[in-house]
Amino acid sequence: MVRATYTPLLARLGTGGTIFLAVLIAAAIAVPILNQAVPVTSAFHVPTYLVSLFGKYLCFALLALSVDLIWGYCGILSLGHGAFFALGGYAMGMHLMREIGDRGVYGNPVLPDFMVFLDWAELPWYWYGFDNFAFAILMVALVPGTLAFVFGWLAFRSRVTGVYFSIMTQAMTFALLLAFFRNDMGFGGNNGLTDFKDVLGFDLQASGTRVGLYVASAIALGFGFLLSRYLVTSRLGRVLVAVRDAESRTRFLGYRVEYYKLFVFVLSAVLAGIAGALYVPQVGIINPGEFSPANSIEIVIWVAVGGRGTLYGAVLGAILVNYAKSYFTGALPDLWLFVLGGLFIFVTIFMPKGVVGAVTALKDKVKPVAPRPATQGASSG
Amino acid sequence: MHLFARVALVAVALWLATAANAEAIEDMVQALGAKESAEKIAAIDALASSGDERALGILQAMLDRRLFRVKADDRVVFADKSDGGYQLTDPLTGEALGEVGRRDVKKVSVNNKLRGKLRGTIGGMTLLSPEAEARAAAADAVFKTPNAAILPILDQAIEAETDASVRDRLERARAAVQIETSKESAVRQAAVETLAQFTDPDVRTLVASLLVASDDGFVEADDAVRAAATETLATIDAGIARWTLIGNLFQGLSLGSVLLLAAIGLAITFGVMGVINMAHGEMVMLGAYTTFVVQEIFRNHFPGGFDYSLAVAIPAAFVIVGAIGIAIERGIIRFLYGRPLETLLATWGLSLILQQAVRTIFGPTNREVGNPEWMTGAIELAGGVALTYNRIWIIVFALVVFAGLMILLARTPLGLQMRAVTQNRAMASAMGIRTGTIDALTFGLGCGIAGMAGVALSQIDNVGPNLGQGYIVDSFMVVVFGGVGNLWGTLLGATTLGVVNKFLEPYAGAVLGKILVLVAIILFIQKRPRGLFALKGRAVEN
Repeated sequence: MVRATYTPLLARLGTGGTIFLAVLIAAAIAVPILNQAVPVTSAFHVPTYLVSLFGKYLCFALLALSVDLIWGYCGILSLGHGAFFALGGYAMGMHLMREIGDRGVYGNPVLPDFMVFLDWAELPWYWYGFDNFAFAILMVALVPGTLAFVFGWLAFRSRVTGVYFSIMTQAMTFALLLAFFRNDMGFGGNNGLTDFKDVLGFDLQASGTRVGLYVASAIALGFGFLLSRYLVTSRLGRVLVAVRDAESRTRFLGYRVEYYKLFVFVLSAVLAGIAGALYVPQVGIINPGEFSPANSIEIVIWVAVGGRGTLYGAVLGAILVNYAKSYFTGALPDLWLFVLGGLFIFVTIFMPKGVVGAVTALKDKVKPVAPRPATQGASSG
Repeated sequence: MHLFARVALVAVALWLATAANAEAIEDMVQALGAKESAEKIAAIDALASSGDERALGILQAMLDRRLFRVKADDRVVFADKSDGGYQLTDPLTGEALGEVGRRDVKKVSVNNKLRGKLRGTIGGMTLLSPEAEARAAAADAVFKTPNAAILPILDQAIEAETDASVRDRLERARAAVQIETSKESAVRQAAVETLAQFTDPDVRTLVASLLVASDDGFVEADDAVRAAATETLATIDAGIARWTLIGNLFQGLSLGSVLLLAAIGLAITFGVMGVINMAHGEMVMLGAYTTFVVQEIFRNHFPGGFDYSLAVAIPAAFVIVGAIGIAIERGIIRFLYGRPLETLLATWGLSLILQQAVRTIFGPTNREVGNPEWMTGAIELAGGVALTYNRIWIIVFALVVFAGLMILLARTPLGLQMRAVTQNRAMASAMGIRTGTIDALTFGLGCGIAGMAGVALSQIDNVGPNLGQGYIVDSFMVVVFGGVGNLWGTLLGATTLGVVNKFLEPYAGAVLGKILVLVAIILFIQKRPRGLFALKGRAVEN
C-alpha cells in the first residue's frame, strides 16, 4: 500500500465540499447582516424567528453529518443516534437550568423548579458542576462519547453487526426514553428542561443572542464537516470504507476492525452531542421525546434523501426534509406523514444514492466524460 | 300552616292507636332522627334486633338518605322529592302523609361512621336471604363492618347454611365480629385461629391491626391472642406469597403470550426471510381495526350474534392483513432483497403511511372494541389473585397459532417450499419452485399472523393508530433474544421476557423493570450475538 502523502486540505474537499463550505460561510455571514443591519421594513430583512429556524436546521445538519460518517463510510446504521443528540442537549439544558438561578417560579437559588415541585431537598450529585459553562461543554462531548464507547465496545467486540446492531441501538434509545420519562431520574420527567433565561449572561430571547447561536451552529457544522472530510480522505477513512464494503476481508488483512468502528462511532456520537447542545438553547426546551426511536429513524432518512457517503449530501438532506416538514406541518398537517412515509419508500427504491447521487447521474448522462475518479458513495449497506 | 296541624293530628292519632310493642318500634324509628350519633347507633342496633320485618326497609331508607325529620314536630318520616318539595310517607304504616315544602323537613344526617354501621347491620339482616349470592354479599358486608348485634343472626345463618363457599364467608365474618367485639380473650383467640385458613388481603389487614402498638400496650391486650395473631399472620402471609407467585406467573405468561403473538409473525418475516419489517406493528394494528369493523357490522346487522364476532374477525384479519402483506412484498420489498437496511427504512416509511391512513379513515382517537360474553369475568383465586378470562383465552390462542404455524412449516408442501427457498434460493429455483411466489406467500403469512395477533390484542389494549408502535421494539427484542430463524426460540424468548418483566415489576416498578429488561437483552446480545438458539453454519454469515 502506498504511504499516504500530504494533501492540502482544499484539495481534499473536492468540488462538492468546496461549494458546500462556500455556501455555508456565505449563509453564516449573510443571515446575521440581513437580520441585524437591514431595517425591519425592508423586504430583505430576515426576522429573528427565521434565524432560529435556520439555526435549528444547521443543528440537524450536523446531526445528519454524524450519522453519514458512520453509515455512509463505515456501514454502521445507528437507529439510536437521537439518543446522543438528546444527551448532549440535556447536558446543555442542565447548564441553562442552573443559569436560571433564583429567577425560577419558586425562586430557589440552587434547585431547578421541577425539583422544588417534587419536594427534593438538595441537588442530586450528577447535577454538580453544571453551573460551570466549561464543565457543561465538556459533558456535552463526554456523556454521549462515553455511552457510545461503552455500547460500541461491547457491540463491536462481540461482532454484533448489521441489522442486529441497528435493533440494539434502537433498544438503547428506547430504554433511555423510558428512563428519562421517570420523574425520579432527576431530569424533569415528562416535561424535560425548559424556561431557560440566558446563556453566558446573554438573554436567550434577544435577537443578538439568537444570531450568535446561529453563527455558532454554522461554525460547528463547518468544523464538523472539515473534520469528517479530513477523516474520510485519510488512510483511516479508506479502512472505514473497506470495513463497510467487506468487513471480514478487512479483518483478514490484519486490521482491527472493531477499533476503527469504535473510533468513528464515538466521534460521531460526540458530533451528535454537540449538535444537541446547540439545538437546545435555540428551541428553548429539551424533553424525553427526543429519545423516541422514531426521531432517530428520521435522522437516517435525512441522510438517505441527501445521499449517503458524501457528507454534504447528508447536510442537504437534513435541510431539505426539515424545510419540507416545516412547510407541511404548517400548511397541510394531515399530509405530512404521508409525504415523509412516501419519501422513505421512494428514496430507498428509486434513489438509493439520494439527491446528490441523482444529480451526479444526471450530469454524467448529459455530458459523458472519461470515467470519473472513484466516487465516494457506494450503494451497498 | 294547617298542613302541619293535620300532620301533627295524624301523628297523635297514630300514637294513641298503637300497642305497647308497636310503641317501642315507633320510639326506635324516632330515635333514628336523634342529634347524637351514639343515639342513632343505639336505635339502629335496637331496630336490627327487634325482629320486625319493616326494620330492614327503614334502615335501607336511612342509608339511601330518604329518612327526614319534620321540623314542626320532629317526627321521623320517609320523604321523596316531588315537584314543589317532598312527598312524605309514614315509615311504619306506609301511609301517605301529604306534601310539604323543601324547607319544612330536614334530612337525617348520616356520616361515614353511621353509613358503615348501616351497611354492616343491613348485611346482617340479609344473612338469611334465600339467595346464596345475597347471603355471600351480606357476609362480606358484615366482615367489613363488624357489629356485635349481628352475632346471633350470624350463628343462625351458619347453622342453616348449605353452600360451602358461603359458609366459609359467614365463618370469616363471624370471626371478624368476635375479634372486634368479644370481651373474652378465649373467643377472640379461637376466632384469630379460625382466620388462618383464609388467604385474603382483607383478613390479613384485620389480623395485622391487632398487633399494632397503641398508647397503652397493643390494640389487642391479651398476650395469647396476640401470639395466635402472629402465627395466623405468618400462615396468611405464606399463603398470599404463594398465590401472588401464581398470580405473577400468570401475568408473566399472559404478557409472554401477547409478546409471542406480536413477535411470531416477525419471526417469519425477519427470522425466516431476513426481511426487517418495521411496519409489522401496523399489521397488528390493522388486525385490531379489522376486529373493530367486523364488530361494527355485527352490531348493526346481527346484534344477537355479537358473541361470535371474534370467530369471524380472526379469519377476516388473517385474510385481509395477509393480502396487504402480499401487496407490500410485491410492491416494495422484492426490490430490496439483499439490502436489509434499506428494507428497514422503506417499511418504516410504510408504517408512517399506514398509521396516518388509519388516522384519516377512523379518526385519531381510540375505537371501542367489545369483549364477547365468554371473555369477560375472571376466575377468582385466593389471596386476591384473579385470572381474567380474556387473558386465559389469549394464552390459549397464542399457543394454538404457534402450533398451527409449526405444523404448517414442518408438514405441508408450502412449508417445505418456504424452508427450501430460505435455505438455498438458487437450488430451490432450480428444482422448479417459484421463489417469487413463495416469497410473497411467506411474507403474507407473517403479516396475516400479525393480523390475528391484532384481533387478540384488541381485547386487552386500546385500539388506536399507535397500537402497533407499542409492540415493535418488544417484538424485535423477542426475536433477536430467542434467535433469528428459530420459532422455538421465539416461544421461549417471549415467555422468558414476559415472566421476567412481571417478576421485576413489584420490585422495580413497571417502567424501571422494562428498562432493566432492555438493558439485560442488550448485554445478552453481546454474549450471544445470534440469540438463544443460533442457526449454525454458513447461512448465518449473510
